[in-house]
Amino acid sequence: MHSLTFDIAHMLAGSLVLVSFMLLYQDRLYALLNVYALHAFVLALSVAWQAYAQDAPHLYVTAAIALVFKAIIIPIVLHRMIVQLGIHRQIETVVGIGPTMLLGIGLVALSMVVMLRVTAEADPLAREDLAFALSVVLLGLLIMVTRRNAVSQVVGFMSLENGLVLAATGARGMPLVVEISVAFSVLIAFIVIGIFLFRIRERFDTVDSQALDLFRGERS
Amino acid sequence: MSLTTILAVVVGLLALAVVGVLIGRTVAARVIVYGGSLVACSLAAAVAASHLLSAAETATLTLPLGLPWLGAHFRLDALSAFFLLVIEFGGAAASLYALGHGRHEETPERVLPFYPAFLAGMTLVPLADDAFTFLFSWEFMSLTSWALVMAHHHVRANLQAGYVYLVMASLGTLALLLAFGLLAGPDGGYAFATIRASHPSVMITALVLGLALIGAGSKAGLVPLHAWLPLAHPAAPTQVSALMSGVMTKVAVYGFVRIVFDLLGAPDWWWGLVVLPVAGVTCVMGVLYALMQHDLKRLLAYHTVENIGIIFIGLGLALAFEAYGMAWAAALAFTAALLHVFNHSLFKSLLFFGSGAVLTATGERDMEHLGGLIHPMPLTAFVFLVGSVAISALPPLNGFVSEWLTFQAILQSPQLPSWALKFLVPAVGALLALSAALAAACFVKAFGVTFLGRPRSRAAERAHETDGFSLSAMFLLSALCLIAGILPGFFIDALGPVSHGLVGASMPQQSSVPYLSIVPIAESRSSYNGLLVFLFMVISATLAAVAIHRLASNRLRRAPAWDCGYPGLGPATQYTASSFAQPIRRVFGTLLFQAREHVEMPTPGDMRPARLEVELRDPVWDTFYAPVTRAVAVAADRLNVMQSLTIRRYLTLVFAALVGLLLVLAIWP
Amino acid sequence: MAVIVNLAVQGAQMMLVLLLAPLLTGLVRKVKARLLRRQGPPLLQPYRDLIRLMRKDVVLAENASWLFRAAPYIIFAATWVAASLVPTFRTGLLFSWTADLIAIIALLGSARFFLALAGLDVGTSFGGIGSSREVMIASLAEPAMLMIVFTLALVAGSTQLSTMAGFLVSSEVGLRVSLGLALIALIMVAIAENARIPVDNPATHLELTMVHEAMVLEYSGRHLALIDLASELKLLLYVSLIACLFAPWGLASPDAGAEALAISLFAYLLKLAIGGFLLAVFETSVAKMRVFRVPEFLGAALMLGLLATLLLFVSRSL
Repeated sequence: MHSLTFDIAHMLAGSLVLVSFMLLYQDRLYALLNVYALHAFVLALSVAWQAYAQDAPHLYVTAAIALVFKAIIIPIVLHRMIVQLGIHRQIETVVGIGPTMLLGIGLVALSMVVMLRVTAEADPLAREDLAFALSVVLLGLLIMVTRRNAVSQVVGFMSLENGLVLAATGARGMPLVVEISVAFSVLIAFIVIGIFLFRIRERFDTVDSQALDLFRGERS
Repeated sequence: MSLTTILAVVVGLLALAVVGVLIGRTVAARVIVYGGSLVACSLAAAVAASHLLSAAETATLTLPLGLPWLGAHFRLDALSAFFLLVIEFGGAAASLYALGHGRHEETPERVLPFYPAFLAGMTLVPLADDAFTFLFSWEFMSLTSWALVMAHHHVRANLQAGYVYLVMASLGTLALLLAFGLLAGPDGGYAFATIRASHPSVMITALVLGLALIGAGSKAGLVPLHAWLPLAHPAAPTQVSALMSGVMTKVAVYGFVRIVFDLLGAPDWWWGLVVLPVAGVTCVMGVLYALMQHDLKRLLAYHTVENIGIIFIGLGLALAFEAYGMAWAAALAFTAALLHVFNHSLFKSLLFFGSGAVLTATGERDMEHLGGLIHPMPLTAFVFLVGSVAISALPPLNGFVSEWLTFQAILQSPQLPSWALKFLVPAVGALLALSAALAAACFVKAFGVTFLGRPRSRAAERAHETDGFSLSAMFLLSALCLIAGILPGFFIDALGPVSHGLVGASMPQQSSVPYLSIVPIAESRSSYNGLLVFLFMVISATLAAVAIHRLASNRLRRAPAWDCGYPGLGPATQYTASSFAQPIRRVFGTLLFQAREHVEMPTPGDMRPARLEVELRDPVWDTFYAPVTRAVAVAADRLNVMQSLTIRRYLTLVFAALVGLLLVLAIWP
Repeated sequence: MAVIVNLAVQGAQMMLVLLLAPLLTGLVRKVKARLLRRQGPPLLQPYRDLIRLMRKDVVLAENASWLFRAAPYIIFAATWVAASLVPTFRTGLLFSWTADLIAIIALLGSARFFLALAGLDVGTSFGGIGSSREVMIASLAEPAMLMIVFTLALVAGSTQLSTMAGFLVSSEVGLRVSLGLALIALIMVAIAENARIPVDNPATHLELTMVHEAMVLEYSGRHLALIDLASELKLLLYVSLIACLFAPWGLASPDAGAEALAISLFAYLLKLAIGGFLLAVFETSVAKMRVFRVPEFLGAALMLGLLATLLLFVSRSL
């Protein structure tokens, strides 16, 4: 049960949670993008290892997509967007970094409790992998909620999506079709967000969502 | 036999109180009262120690005092004997200290009568074996200590302290009264023996646990019921502050242990869940409050809150383990808590004595006006240093042993089956570790700013060493701190009968472990040898000193301190207490205390000095006490209309009350 | 007979750590210098520094107290005793049962307590800067270290360092997420405790950037030599700790013969060299953090330790 294959899969899932915490810790935009690239790289490794362990060659394609699109192309494009938009490169957080990390720990504890309760009959290692995947999703949401900068919210969304991919590959038998559609929908969402960011910046001269709230009309 | 001796000691202390009333203003009164208390407390301590160490049978006694159909029941079992030992030893040390320190008391007639009465009240509480005697002694203890807090009533701050203390003490006694009422049940069986034999329902035990936590916890100083403690403890004369912090809080712990571990019977699984979070929060809040203080006595009082938190963490763990049948782990946690009770009474009294010595030598309690006292007061500085090292839980002294045992108990808790506890206990462990590190920071500040550096005021420059009685009390306590740290096995074995009686098991016999180590569970799991660690440190230091002085230079010369090229830097440029705490205040205080710093820089050309103001808000006061006080004021205003009703309205009230009681009688099944 | 051999091994361990400590510091300085394209001081320079300091007069400030003069000896004694209890080339040392990992950390805490007091003793603001920053760092580094100890104790079933090392060198442990988290947290804590970049710069001369150096600003002569030796010992302690817990291969068991001991000694020296090299590379590649970023750094280490402990509490297989 504690064979090396399972242990390495476990380690990779745990490393993904660790890199999510590193995302929470960053306070500069370029560093955030680099850590996100690392996040996608670890995801690619994890999916590739699952492909080897489950003997499912189509997962290698998933891993390659994760590596090329998410670890290389998207960070480079976001980097260039930041330069072009001239976005302020210090990330402002809603609460300090310390309390954010405390909340992160609470979310990991919550996902452990939920997963270990709900899937009481399954194989213990698969349960814990699912718990890690849920943690990555929740931490991605936390990043979106506690950051004021639109680019960092996009990165949070992307890391959430990585968590979903981890969950899907952990459970056996995920067809490639799903992955292609998921990848395309992400790409489209990304393009849309990029266009909106350019438009927002043109009109309001800022992408700080708190400042944008002032223009929504209902608030004072 | 032992029981009657101790009761005779109580009578003796009350007689001393009467003597204090009669001859309070004379010089001899001080010697008679404090000397008599010293003798009485030492006798009682010796009797309690012999009862505990010989594992004697429980002694009971019933006297025809108090309520006619109940009488006054007294009982001396292992738990009572242990707490009596702590109380009487603390009382003896305080009396010895007061023989010297009491010379500086301006109004001895306000202190001398109540001091032995306070000791008598505290002695009676562990002996009480029925609810009435318990509550009577508890209230007696509170009232006499209130009188002592009000001894210097011409100071405004003391008036507020006394008022808050009275309100909180009454609240605590009310909670305990309700708890005992629930335990006694509708038949009114107030004797503890009757209560032990009864089996109340789950609802009643839950209510009693909550009420005991409120009642005993407010006296012990659990957050959020701690607000009176840092006001009242510093307001009293120093020997009384030491007794209140070091001993009276332990009486409160005794009350909690007696009610929850003894009278309520076997614990339920969720009891630990209630106690542990309160204890963990108390720990961290206590030490953070202490770090923000610059009044030496207030700092020590807030620190007591932290140590009470540590004790209650051990008690909460013991409850959790006992509920799941892990008796050996419960014994470990329980012994750790009780050992900390003993250790804390030692070093907290020592630290208060030191602060009293500083107060009489300089007239100052504020650390911002002290400094450099290590030169005029080297002996006081040495014992205060021993107390600081002990309270910071550093080896080889005794504070480390009880914290180490608590950590070992925490490490046993993954075996608990409850999910909630599985998440709570590591969090509480992290809080305990955090508070231990912050305590060390707090005492570097307390000792460093007060005793080290250069004097910050005229008063500090003119200090002098304190008298022989105070010093002997302090040296006695420091020696005990060292002994309890080096030879903890004996103290753990002495606590064996106590934990056996209450949680059903005790820790393995420590005196049979080779080389006087302590082994909490098994040799392969963990062990600690305080004596050898101490010896190694001494040998290494001596080796280094000898080698260096033999082989290298041993010359020394004096020169001015490094001033970075700016000559004549006065004592005002050194770090003060607030500046020392600034990094920690910025890290922890910004969120917790809403700490803000305001700097006022005058414009160039303006000769005013710059001002730095630090603003802190107490979250517990703002969240709990202020709204409650406002609500009480509003309700009092509304109800004030009842002062001036017509006669017909008053008659209506009486009529309504009568009809209401008759209705209750009609409906009650 | 066996007792005498064990005593000799324990004594050898104590002398070994004392003699190797300056060499490790010399290696780190040399590698850092080479990475910055300088020649750097010779490897044995720290020994020469210590001897030079021992021979010089002590220059004491006029108002320094007895505590200031006694503190270097207390600090050195506490650190040396702690360093002697960490298994380097053999587990099951004769006195390893006297203090477990919690006691070792608390001994280092005692040393730090007296160092902070010595910083406050002379009554200048430089000592105050050092002491107040040092206790802030310690207030987060110590809980993080204790959380790491909890994780390791829960995995190995004991807080005794020899038992832990013995368990981790055996094959029962496997790869565990909690151990990975604990390793990263331990590296972060080790950097903070040893006053290395990015927490503190050991080579700075600017008082406003100092933490550890500011506390020892007034020390000179043999006192300074003792304090420097104590900090070198502390660095050796932490590197040995990481080596014996997370890279325990080659560690000899208590009943090993002379050949196994020789191999294990060689392995230990190799681990020290690798550790020193990695430390130098890390220090050269990051910049020093500003002071109030350090609590966030150590808070992250505390969170990692707490997460590792939590995972172990919740599921015994993690």
